[in-house]
Amino acid sequence: MKFGVVIFPGSNCDHDTYHVISKVVGQPVDFVWHKETDVDRFDAIILPGGFSYGDYLRSGAIARFSPVMRSVVEFANNGGLVLGICNGFQILCESGLLPGALLRNRNLKFICEHVNVRVEQTNTVFTSGYNAGQVLSLPIAHGEGNYFCDNQTLAELENEGRIIFRYSTADGQITDEANPNGSLRNIAGICNRQRNVLGLMPHPERAAESMLGCKDGRAMFLSMADALVQLLKARA
Amino acid sequence: MITPEILDQHNISPEEYERIKQLMGREPNFTELGIFSVMWSEHCSYKSSKVHLRRLPTTGEALVQGPGENAGIVDIGDGWCAAFKIESHNHPSFIEPYQGAATGIGGILRDIFTMGARPVAAMDSLRFGPIRDEEVNESKEQTSAKSVARNRRIMAGVVKGLGDYGNAFGVPTVGGEVYFDGCYSLNPLVNAFALGLVRREQIFYGKAEGVGNSVIYAGAKTGRDGIHGATMASAEFDEAAMEKRPTVQVGDPFSEKLLLEACLEAMRSGAIVGIQDMGAAGLTSSSCEMGARAGNGVEINLDLVPQRETGMTAYEMMLSESQERMLIVAERGHERQVLEIFHRWDLDAVIIGNVIEDQKLRVLHKGELVAEIPNLALTDEAPKYNRPMKPFAVASENVSPKIAAAISNLQSQISDSAGGLMTEALRRLLASPNIASKQWVYRQYDHMVRTNTVVLPGSDAAVIRVKETRRSMAMSLDCNSRYCQLDPREGAKLAVAESARNVVCSGARPLAVTNCLNFASPERPEVMWSFSETIDGMAEACTTFGTPVTGGNVSFYNETEGRGIFSTPTIGMLGVIEDAKHITTQWFKESGDVVLLLGTTHNDLGASELLSVLTGEATGAVPKIDLAQEKNVQQACLKAIQAGLVNSAHDCAEGGLAVALAESCFSSYGRSGIGAKLDLTEHAKLSGLADSTTLLFAESPSRIVLSVKPDHVSKVKEIAAEVGAVVAVIGEVGGEELTIACNGETLAADSVAKLESIWSGALPQALDRPLQMVAD
Repeated sequence: MKFGVVIFPGSNCDHDTYHVISKVVGQPVDFVWHKETDVDRFDAIILPGGFSYGDYLRSGAIARFSPVMRSVVEFANNGGLVLGICNGFQILCESGLLPGALLRNRNLKFICEHVNVRVEQTNTVFTSGYNAGQVLSLPIAHGEGNYFCDNQTLAELENEGRIIFRYSTADGQITDEANPNGSLRNIAGICNRQRNVLGLMPHPERAAESMLGCKDGRAMFLSMADALVQLLKARA
Repeated sequence: MITPEILDQHNISPEEYERIKQLMGREPNFTELGIFSVMWSEHCSYKSSKVHLRRLPTTGEALVQGPGENAGIVDIGDGWCAAFKIESHNHPSFIEPYQGAATGIGGILRDIFTMGARPVAAMDSLRFGPIRDEEVNESKEQTSAKSVARNRRIMAGVVKGLGDYGNAFGVPTVGGEVYFDGCYSLNPLVNAFALGLVRREQIFYGKAEGVGNSVIYAGAKTGRDGIHGATMASAEFDEAAMEKRPTVQVGDPFSEKLLLEACLEAMRSGAIVGIQDMGAAGLTSSSCEMGARAGNGVEINLDLVPQRETGMTAYEMMLSESQERMLIVAERGHERQVLEIFHRWDLDAVIIGNVIEDQKLRVLHKGELVAEIPNLALTDEAPKYNRPMKPFAVASENVSPKIAAAISNLQSQISDSAGGLMTEALRRLLASPNIASKQWVYRQYDHMVRTNTVVLPGSDAAVIRVKETRRSMAMSLDCNSRYCQLDPREGAKLAVAESARNVVCSGARPLAVTNCLNFASPERPEVMWSFSETIDGMAEACTTFGTPVTGGNVSFYNETEGRGIFSTPTIGMLGVIEDAKHITTQWFKESGDVVLLLGTTHNDLGASELLSVLTGEATGAVPKIDLAQEKNVQQACLKAIQAGLVNSAHDCAEGGLAVALAESCFSSYGRSGIGAKLDLTEHAKLSGLADSTTLLFAESPSRIVLSVKPDHVSKVKEIAAEVGAVVAVIGEVGGEELTIACNGETLAADSVAKLESIWSGALPQALDRPLQMVAD
């Protein structure tokens, strides 16, 4: 089993994600340089947080054109696991692997804080380790995390159970007050139709060790590792 | 031809010009004059401060690199070192808040990674003029409605600038301080601190070693931005300040991030001999300082410098302060290795010259030698002034009667009758922007990237773990400038003591200091005396705590239209926590815990936050600090923490004991607010005090609030007795109310939730509003 963490110019959560996979989850992991075009050696690819190419245009708008992304799209279309965190989520939307877009936060400011996030679906390889309705405490840190899509897409996401995380109160209520950035229907994370590509704004890698005050993000990486074990077993 | 007008434009005095001619043995040309003007500016040469800075203690066991390099370095154990420094970007942040602040953090980050260290934490010390409508008073320009609106815009711009740069670069901004006073109304202060980690054997220095080695220019292209930035920052402002906007540089955190990664990679390659960032005075300072440090010279050809625009003169290129650039000396024969690494990161990197034996800065442009200046003339031989000083009487007024009168006046304007006058005073203190929650600010900073932030912003000191070891680092920025203004020597001692105390409260042993000395014009004898006194006070305190000064920055001329700032010597203290389990925060943890108070309270209401909140004045006798007693209190606290006896520790600062207790009750991540029932009778007796206002709000130093399990009380008392610190039991954690009593009388009482909402709502209330259009 091997995880790949992509380094775009301007990625800044690459080391953090690598640390969690290697030291906390204890799985093999390598960095993937943005100019690479071959990602076949990996079983899961993570697009980490940061400000790819400075994000001076729209977040993720330049990164989608980087050489590695063509391979990541192909990798995803072949069923490979792809997780996009924060800037990674923005890149997934820009590259068309996920629908919708992330607009500027409604208060027009960067927001860094812990928020409550409700797990909406556990039938993905990223969330199988959680309970449905479980409320996680996860940090956010973004200026453009306000999820938006057209009505038809929204209906599809709802009907197909592809809204995986929503911002909520500590006891799991989906309220406007619990919505930090103005996201449509409090959406914090969604997956694709095949359920092998997940994007979310909160940072699970920042909440994977008790020393940092919260371990709620750890199960996401463990779920992925479990799924890969099953997958590799089935293949063997 | 150099005319008196040209000299004046370059801020060079006739005497200085004579000295230049003497050192050169001839008249300088225009480019050379420009080079002298930046290198001899106050900002680069420290010409007014050098004679005083010598008196600071700069040696110590853990010290690896003291003042004189790009950053100070201390050994934190296990082969790891911390490089850290604080620097001001006050002038640019006034002219252009967003870019001024952004390039401030950008510059300090480069200072850190120039040493080979990866930046892992940043903090900022910020000071602005009043921002609340209720402080508008048209009788003074500093508090006019126009100024208050402008202060809000400056603050919003500065915070956004710091956030956008640090967030994109990927360094967590983990703490700092924000203060407000009329004196900062047209003189905001932006002091940026950064800290990086480096293996002891991988430290790099800014030295141009090895004659014949190549000099490489790497990073962003050179443009016309920031020309004369250092000179601008070395003069006071007048009403034409806005015309100086072009002297402010424009920051690009994306380039800086690439530069960081490329530099660290190039350093690991073994091909780099020396490296320095192009900060103030850009190409000029980096080339002559690197030559001077190594006892060599540097020759560069400007035709080879990557340029953003065409037709730049040698003068403009040498003085440009374009950001995100580095000067590197590479081992001869290994240049390609270095160049390739930078190219891989899509950055410009070219050989622009080489190290020469002649101890000179030689600059070629279009086939001509356009400047040739001995290095030492620009560095060691720069003028040093022992400027005239004039002592002033330090404030000695007893402000108690003023405060008593103001408190009885409160009766008529009380907002909530519950709890009486003292409770009302506490509420007002919690609503004061100086004391109120700074969440509005730090929410805009990514304070968690790099996943090392063990203590989130809001506690006494920021704490980050060092993943490679069991250790953590604690850091704090502190200065009470009211004290420093009224009594510079005591004020400096108090600032050092407070920052050490903050670090101790988090469970750390204080290790070393960096400082940012913000003052008004050094040409005013009172300011210069104040500066000198500050140095002596700081030296005494740093010696007591065994924390050497590893470097920092002096910023003079913080005045606009003749009005200067308070003397503001910001202290940045670094401490080490040996074991992660000793990390301690200020928040009460468990119902039933016993609250203890280390230290004693005195009649220290002079220059207090209470006086300021009630009367708008900053006068009176500054608290006197007994450094020996301070050290004992810190020892007691640290020993008790290291013995595993302490659940929370919080220092008493602005607003005194009452505010400290309220802050310990407030909620924190993963924990709701919790009340406490306190009785100060024993503490009052030990302090020899009866006055309730003093007990609650005096700002006596050397006091720490602890909470411990009931079983641990006697052990903590033993430790305090051993080290000679006074300690008293003052109550118990629990309930939903904060009540403070003494001798059977309730002094103040309110619900914690109510107090917290006042405290957390103050800044958003002042700042989150539609921007008002006001012409400058």
